[in-house]
Amino acid sequence: MYPPSFDYYAPTSVDEAVRLLDQHQGEAKVLAGGQSLIGMLKLRLAQPGALIDINRIPDLSYVREDATFLRIGAMTRINELHASDAVKARYGVLFDATAEIADPTVRNWGTVGGNAVHGDPGNDLPACFLALDAEYQAQGPKGSRTIAARKFYTDSFTNVLAPNEIVTEIHVPKAAAGSGSAYSKMERKVGDFATAAVAVTVTLAANGSVAKAGIGLTNVGPTALYAAQASDALVGKTGTATDLGTVGDLAAKAASPVADNRGPVDFKQDMIRVWTRRTVTRAIARAKGGS
Amino acid sequence: MAEATPIPGGIGQSIGRKEDARFIRGKGNYVDDVNLPGMLFMDVVRSPYAHAKITGLRKDAALKVPGVLAVITGADLAAAKLAWMPTLMSDTQMVLPTDTVMFQGQEVAAVVGVDRYAAADGVAAVEVDYEPLPVVVDPFKALQPDAPVLRTDKGKKDNHIWHWEVGDKAGTEAALKASAVVVTEKLYIPRIHVSSIETCGCVASVDVSGKLTVWMTTQAPHAIRTVFALVSGLPENNIRIISPDIGGGFGGKVPVYPGYVIAVVAALTTGKPVKWIEDRTGNLTADSFARDYHIEAEIGADKNGKVTALRVKTLADHGYTDAAANPSKFPAGLFHIITGSYPFSKAFVEVDAAYTNKPPGGIAYRCSFRVTEAVFAIERLMDNLAHKMNLDPAELRMRNFIPPEAFPYTSALGWTYDSGNYAGALKKAMDTIGYDALRKEQAEKRKRGELMGIGISSFTEIVGAGPSKTFDILGIKMFDSAEVRIHPTGKVIARFGTKSQGQGHETTYAQILAEELGIPVDGISVEEGDTDTAPYGLGTYASRSTPTAGAAAAVAARKIREKGAKIAAHLLEVSPNDIEWKDHKFQVKGVPEKSKTMADVAFAAYTNHPQGMEAGLEAVDYYDPPNMTYPFGSYICVVDIDKETGQVKVRRFVAIDDCGTIINPMIVDGQIHGGLTMGFAPAMLEEIPYDEQGNSRAPSFLEYLLPTAVETPKWETGKTVTPSPHHPLGAKGVGESATVGAPAAIANAVIDALQPYGVTNIDIPISAHKVWRAIHGADAH
Repeated sequence: MYPPSFDYYAPTSVDEAVRLLDQHQGEAKVLAGGQSLIGMLKLRLAQPGALIDINRIPDLSYVREDATFLRIGAMTRINELHASDAVKARYGVLFDATAEIADPTVRNWGTVGGNAVHGDPGNDLPACFLALDAEYQAQGPKGSRTIAARKFYTDSFTNVLAPNEIVTEIHVPKAAAGSGSAYSKMERKVGDFATAAVAVTVTLAANGSVAKAGIGLTNVGPTALYAAQASDALVGKTGTATDLGTVGDLAAKAASPVADNRGPVDFKQDMIRVWTRRTVTRAIARAKGGS
Repeated sequence: MAEATPIPGGIGQSIGRKEDARFIRGKGNYVDDVNLPGMLFMDVVRSPYAHAKITGLRKDAALKVPGVLAVITGADLAAAKLAWMPTLMSDTQMVLPTDTVMFQGQEVAAVVGVDRYAAADGVAAVEVDYEPLPVVVDPFKALQPDAPVLRTDKGKKDNHIWHWEVGDKAGTEAALKASAVVVTEKLYIPRIHVSSIETCGCVASVDVSGKLTVWMTTQAPHAIRTVFALVSGLPENNIRIISPDIGGGFGGKVPVYPGYVIAVVAALTTGKPVKWIEDRTGNLTADSFARDYHIEAEIGADKNGKVTALRVKTLADHGYTDAAANPSKFPAGLFHIITGSYPFSKAFVEVDAAYTNKPPGGIAYRCSFRVTEAVFAIERLMDNLAHKMNLDPAELRMRNFIPPEAFPYTSALGWTYDSGNYAGALKKAMDTIGYDALRKEQAEKRKRGELMGIGISSFTEIVGAGPSKTFDILGIKMFDSAEVRIHPTGKVIARFGTKSQGQGHETTYAQILAEELGIPVDGISVEEGDTDTAPYGLGTYASRSTPTAGAAAAVAARKIREKGAKIAAHLLEVSPNDIEWKDHKFQVKGVPEKSKTMADVAFAAYTNHPQGMEAGLEAVDYYDPPNMTYPFGSYICVVDIDKETGQVKVRRFVAIDDCGTIINPMIVDGQIHGGLTMGFAPAMLEEIPYDEQGNSRAPSFLEYLLPTAVETPKWETGKTVTPSPHHPLGAKGVGESATVGAPAAIANAVIDALQPYGVTNIDIPISAHKVWRAIHGADAH
């Protein structure tokens, strides 16, 4: 449980961090909250030549809502996101998920950016950002670009970021009137990764039917999954038992879980079905003004 | 006559624990807190394979790592005849392998470095070549004729270790045939691990005179010293084992693990103190497991539900060596307490043990030597019998319990229960939880298709090993000891052969002595765990400390009172025959105003003792218990099940315990709370599964699921008090009652809830997916 030696850098600006990443040509790892990386170092699962600790870079920790986006600084601690009034009032899916990631210590240290980018399919925030259709702003040597969350994840622990890019901000489209969202996580015990978890966002039309929907799934595939067919099928629906059945089945179809100590494949698929139904119901209730 | 004023901190008082002053402030002194000048650190190379031949092992690269001083291999140990060591069950275990590894995680070599990082880097640099061999994981397959034979080193021709049986085989078979109803069930009690928060470790140091001192995470320091002396050939007076504060033992710190032995060798080799502290994965993958019993049990009953006979056939998976820590005469521990709280007239139990490519064991995980396995089986079967006969499980138990007037009661398998009032405990549990109302609620919910279950466990424990005629470990009788010395100002230092790992001995023993000596508890210090100073004893496990060393404390105090009476007589100028011990004082019979306190007598023992009498005031007692003690209790659990997800929620859990006389009610309650949580854990969460290649699928706390405060139910505890007739204080051990009793109550509640589906068993741990499968069937969706 002791890591091999590595070079340690503590840059004080994003530019400097990017420069260090560029210099180390993929041999460096960025240390944010460290809640996954430190464990991997201690188990020697990760053996980077250099660790670039971005905790001393100022102004990367904030939650701001403007006319178009909820903007979340990448170094915002998970518990800080949970404590945001805007999140509590209008982004239920994030409010729920940030209460259920691991345990309070991890949530005090762990960062939103780290959880979003790390790429473990068991991380909870990616499914939320997929459902919310968020974008990640990344900075590299040639400037910054935005990447849709739905195009970000390529495989477990793998994404479209270049080795010399760093995510600095997450843009969540501003919650529209009549929108609601929720996250449900089934876990064996507190602190566990999800057996299955479902993120749902809906925006209701004036007639009460769903005008816009997004459904994200946690830990039932190589990455967090966007259940596109299930999301599309929810549009125009009101959340009747039949609607829920259809959407739940499509979400289960989108999942490709593997059997492990949490259960066999058919069970996990059924859990996606069950929790999609329940979470859609909660999201619609919130869109109608419930809590 | 007015009630005597209680002695401060005497028996029955919930005083705060003496040890908490340091524990709560983080001032405990654990093995990893021991730091000696020039101390080195040891780390261990572990096998990635469950079964493999070692075809090459090269130290060179590791020795070149900066800070690495030594690499120790099986070949090095073999040169000193230390490559193998005996287990407590007289089997043999590798310290380090010379040619073959037998389980994933097995110690392969050790690296000694100037700090923990150097040692870990050295471990990564040791080069080992493995040639994988066929792996035996399933104990049933292990016993098939075509299975690879694992212990060829012992000349074995198969993987069968031993067969053990007890009871009347023919009589049981006949009684089962004659029974109106017979219920059979296969139960697997999976492999689990004690997972104490402090892992194992030691600091070994040899001084210039050649004296070896080992600070060590051990529950049995004296026995360990003797084993070290016998294995190493060092004189026993030149070995000092110190158990400092221990962060949880639960049976996992009884065995001698290879790491301890290698660290001692490393200290002898380097001439410097060596510290070895195991990491969590080492702890979970290599240290002794518990349970792993495949049980097939049958009970018969007459048409009124009165039990007739019990037959049990069990296969025990011991890993690659039998490294259990049972009393020598009982290879399956005290499993034959399995007739439980019921008067079976016939019973037969047989256990076979098999070798597999898994870590060795199995030790007792807070289970009083396989009593959890026994209680789980009988209590699960009683519920199944109730369901089959359409009787209420409480009613079935009430019809069957051994009645209070039948004690001492000798069971069909030969145990003599000391005392009990089983119906009293169940009645109290039913009243506390509101049993009838719950059954009514359940009936209504069932009509609506909702799943609610009520489970009962009315267990009988057996603890306090044990009487010397039947109980020994490697030949050493299982007495335990107290050495009590009263100093001139009436203050006491007492030493014991046991060793607390969090049980609160410093408080409990002091309370016994306060009561017996009439000295306020603040004036009594308790010491344990240093073989240079404490009297010999077999240590703390299997709930034996209060039944043995606690009794020794009382008997030693009474020996002191005998001498004290003579000194008091001398001071009061009366005949010793005129002195009686009353109201915690030496009084002249019938003249209570003429009295001397123990403090008066102690002072005189050093300043004014009678001519011809030895000075001083002390006594030692090695207590050989006349019988085991048999604590008992009734637990009732209520669960609600989410039909769609299979998730089980324990809504209520009432635990009524009876451990005889209670020394400190708060400590007993704490033991029960902890025990219930450690009973809930394997019932709902804990298991070490292995895949077909013998890879552990729970090598860390990511997968080995310890319950947190969030999952743990709210415990509602209560008691009845039925003293042990043979213990000097009437006390019984209580450390494990709850761990032993709780799992069956929880499992029974789940099975009860699933009666609409005709379910008779779900193996623990009862995870959501197993319940979901039971409800939805194999072709669900």
